Amino acid sequence: MLVQQYLPIAILVLFAIIMALIVVFTSVIFGPHRPTKKKLAPYESGMTPIGPAVRRLPVRFYLVAVLFILFDVEIIFLLPYAVVIRQLGLYGLIATGVFVVILTVGLLYEWKKGGLDWE
Amino acid sequence: MNLPTLESINLLAVLPVLIVFGWTLVLLVIDLFIPSGRKYWTAWLGILGLLGAAVALAVRFIDARGAAVTAFDGMLTVDGFSLFLQAIFILTAVIGILLALDFLPRHKIERGEYYILLLFTTGGMMIMSMAADLIVVFLALELLSIPLYILTGFARPRADSEEAAMKYFLLGAFASGFLVFGIALTYGGTGTTSLVGVFNQLAEGEPSRDLALVGMALILVGFGFKVAAVPFHMWTPDVYQGAPTPVTAFMSVGAKAGGFAALMRILIVAMPAVGEAWGMLVAILAMLTMILGNVVAIAQRNIKRMLAYSSIAHAGYILVAVSAAQRPEDAPLAVSAAIFYLLTYAFTNLGAFGVVLAVEREDGSGNLLEDFAGLGRSKPVLAAIMTLFMLSLTGMPVSAGLVGKFFVFQAAINASVGNPWILAAAIVGIVTSVISAFYYIRIILIMYMQEGEPQVVLKPALTVALALTALATLILGIIPAPVFQLAKDALLTLVG
Repeated sequence: MLVQQYLPIAILVLFAIIMALIVVFTSVIFGPHRPTKKKLAPYESGMTPIGPAVRRLPVRFYLVAVLFILFDVEIIFLLPYAVVIRQLGLYGLIATGVFVVILTVGLLYEWKKGGLDWE
Repeated sequence: MNLPTLESINLLAVLPVLIVFGWTLVLLVIDLFIPSGRKYWTAWLGILGLLGAAVALAVRFIDARGAAVTAFDGMLTVDGFSLFLQAIFILTAVIGILLALDFLPRHKIERGEYYILLLFTTGGMMIMSMAADLIVVFLALELLSIPLYILTGFARPRADSEEAAMKYFLLGAFASGFLVFGIALTYGGTGTTSLVGVFNQLAEGEPSRDLALVGMALILVGFGFKVAAVPFHMWTPDVYQGAPTPVTAFMSVGAKAGGFAALMRILIVAMPAVGEAWGMLVAILAMLTMILGNVVAIAQRNIKRMLAYSSIAHAGYILVAVSAAQRPEDAPLAVSAAIFYLLTYAFTNLGAFGVVLAVEREDGSGNLLEDFAGLGRSKPVLAAIMTLFMLSLTGMPVSAGLVGKFFVFQAAINASVGNPWILAAAIVGIVTSVISAFYYIRIILIMYMQEGEPQVVLKPALTVALALTALATLILGIIPAPVFQLAKDALLTLVG
């Protein structure tokens, strides 16, 4: 019973794989194949690549990302809380308060450590 | 809606861990205003917080009289077992801070975050010992692990410290994956994450019991990484060697005890119905762990590496006790043996690492066995203390180690009636204990028989830590009965 329910999905997956194979291999088999150095470059007809693609970037970006996640998570929890704020009453208020205080300590820490100064 | 009430949250029962977390948050802010170079203030304030938690724990212990209660709507269980382990964690953290007090400035890595991360880890361990829900187990494990990853890399400019942190993090995250997958399968098999629920479902012989069995095996793998059981021990020597020595000391005791706390609660409390299955697995793990740990330790020239393999071997001895707890009627004795062993191991290992700290030099060298040569002549008291720790790790008389091993093997022999696996594990344990004497006693021989000029730096805080651990090792070795009675009363219970 259970397995039969999944049969359409299995057929769909099978067709997707076959279609993908057809699309990829038709051009490989029938298309002309005359590579040059320019054509094999990562971006054909683009700029000539200078240096490796992996660059060093300032660690400050990561700090900003961490800060973003900090408040992102806060919003994720605060929005649903706002919907049920009346039902949860005092308990919800205290629990959310504890949560916000912990996040604030994190912000305070980053601020004092100079994580917010760009220069 | 069914809101939690003040009674169902039961804040009083979990006051110790609340004190640790609350105080650490406050300390994080205080530390920002402590000038660098005065970071020992953070350390002493941290110890103050831990003492506060210890007082709360003692009050709770007297209040409870062995009764178990739940907190946070059955998410945490506060029973004798968790109280005993929380005492171990607080002790370990205090000694861990004392060990680091002089070490950090000497190695020019003094930052207040060290103490704060250590306190957070301690809090995670405390929750770990109380967790009564698989999700809380996972949460506590992460809370325990993540600060430890950072602490491992704390000697930042040193490449081996960074390498150790990276290795620990990658393998630790991998192990967490195993654990979560195990939890997911257990949930799939039983339809609940609460340990009480899992117990009930397994006792009824659910048709999907096999799924929970696979989940149990994966949970065992996840914790095998944490407690450094063979074959999941690969990270241990590298991480223990690379991490700053106080962190190694703290980690080798605290993280191990934390892992065992949750492992024992999950296996013994929630899964006695499949006890035969996990009992056999744990016994095999124990045998592999004891054999490999003790044999490979012989070949080590670096004392931190040697102690790493020795800590693997000791995880094996505790696994013997866990395996002996597979039948509910044997469980109380085996569990008390395991937690008593953890206590003796905590004191002995912290002390041994303390001596390693005293001999270590500022550039991170001084960790080879040869560096202990001549210690018997130049620092007779320190050498005598190290001798005590080494004898205790071997399990020689007049030391805590002997008593711990005795109780573990006694529990194993008691439980081995009709179960050859436990008997085999106990025999392997006794044989490998004899093998371990070789490399522990070699240190003593090097200290007393070889000529050398060790450079020892002994500051007050380290002296206090060494005196504390040496005294505890000695007292537990001579009059173990009162403390073992405590361990015996510390029952692992199922409440929900």
